[in-house]
Amino acid sequence: MSETHPQRERAATPARRQGPRATPPGPIVPAGSIAGRSLTIVVAIMSFLACLTLGAVTLVRDASLDWQSDIVREITIQVRPVDGIDTDAEAQKATDLAARTPGVASARPLSAWENAQLLEPWLGSGLDMSDLPIPRLIVVELANPDAVDLTALSARLTKEIKGASLDDHRTWTDRLKAMANATVIIGFSILALVFVATVLSVVFATRGAMSSNRDIVSVLHYVGAEAGFIAHEFQRHFLILGLKGGLWGAAGATLMFLMLSFLFGRSIATPEGDQVSALFGRFAIGPTGYVGALGIAILIALMTAITSRLTVFRHLASIE
Amino acid sequence: MIRFENVGLRYGMGAEVLRDLSFQIAPRSFQFLTGPSGAGKSTLLRLLFLSLRPTRGLISIFDRDVATLPKSDLPALRRRIGVVFQDFRLLDHLTTFENVALPLRVLGREEATYRADVIELLKWVGLGDRVQALPPILSGGEKQRAAIARALIGQPEILLADEPTGNVDPPLAKRLLRLFVELNRLGTSVVIATHDIGLMNQFDARRLVLHEGRLSVYE
Repeated sequence: MSETHPQRERAATPARRQGPRATPPGPIVPAGSIAGRSLTIVVAIMSFLACLTLGAVTLVRDASLDWQSDIVREITIQVRPVDGIDTDAEAQKATDLAARTPGVASARPLSAWENAQLLEPWLGSGLDMSDLPIPRLIVVELANPDAVDLTALSARLTKEIKGASLDDHRTWTDRLKAMANATVIIGFSILALVFVATVLSVVFATRGAMSSNRDIVSVLHYVGAEAGFIAHEFQRHFLILGLKGGLWGAAGATLMFLMLSFLFGRSIATPEGDQVSALFGRFAIGPTGYVGALGIAILIALMTAITSRLTVFRHLASIE
Repeated sequence: MIRFENVGLRYGMGAEVLRDLSFQIAPRSFQFLTGPSGAGKSTLLRLLFLSLRPTRGLISIFDRDVATLPKSDLPALRRRIGVVFQDFRLLDHLTTFENVALPLRVLGREEATYRADVIELLKWVGLGDRVQALPPILSGGEKQRAAIARALIGQPEILLADEPTGNVDPPLAKRLLRLFVELNRLGTSVVIATHDIGLMNQFDARRLVLHEGRLSVYE
């Protein structure tokens, strides 16, 4: 041990780069602790679940909007056979009348073959439909549902065409809307619950991870570090941990949706696939879903950082 | 430099741990703080480095009344006091160099500006060849010297050491004492809390003796 005082020697020695060190100093908060890794895993899982819920809710909401707009865009005119009246001629008149109505894109009577197709599940194949008093159906596509006066059209049809009635699917649509809205509300409630669970578990996991760092906070405090400096060091570290976990979770959820979308895309021609696509459209979450997932990841990272900051201040208050 | 007047301290509603302490620590002075285990040495040290506030009495540190100090002024004041903890409190994930440099690093200083000073100090305490070692592989004596170096790197006006020779063999204890004496000779006030009578007998210095919460001073 040299007996020369370092402070005196310091004055005489110009600052020179000596000694074996050439690497930048290690982080004050250790990068890879077990507690830190556990926190990242908790954050990743919670973010995955939150993103999955958000994706599912977006999917149901988009699908319900699609159903509603599809059904509103199509109405049906039914012409029932009436004794002594040529049903086909009446159906043609109804078609012309509907086609002339403003806001209607097209009107087309279903052919006998299409009628047979519709009835086949109940009546079996090979029947001669012309013998049966089967109503004619006219499919009317609306270009602009708001521009069509359905009440007036219905009144004209009843008045001018024998046996005609208009089915605007309103009862159907209203029920569907109610169901879709209920589904979306339930979805958002679940999303809110998942968010609360995410917030709580992230906060508790962060506090758990911080408890293993209490010694570091104390040492920094005793060597004269400002509270803001200590909080900043931890906040930065935990923001990175949270962001890493959050992005892993969000990426996992996105990947899962892409895979499901791909799988359902492949089975679209099968009856099961048709069922699913009838319910969920293309089974693809839109940009809202992806932006939301990124938002969730960032939000969770911020929560992690803020919790670590608050924990530092609480610990400092307790040891001062 | 540090003045205590009728200082008392109790934890919560318990009995007073320290009673009517009145003493001064002068600049460039050297003193041992001693007394049996549980007499309140560590508590008194905590009062000295502003980790506790007294329940009564006046403590003035560097001419500032501790009772009226805003929290924001504490870090700056604490940097003028070097502390060597009994359990060293080195950060296990940082090298000896990084541990010793910590007080400068928390000031936001760049490593290039203090590297030479830290290396110099490490050589002075005899850790010149342990610069890159992590605390878990250091011996008790080496950890002790690293903790002393960390307390000294900010050039404090006063050094407080809690049982600095508690974990080392007598020859090393003697070397550490020589280090403290040398430091004091160069202008730093030193307070060494110890119950090692052998150590105190090696150097004739003022003794602050705590017994059952009361302090007697032997000049």
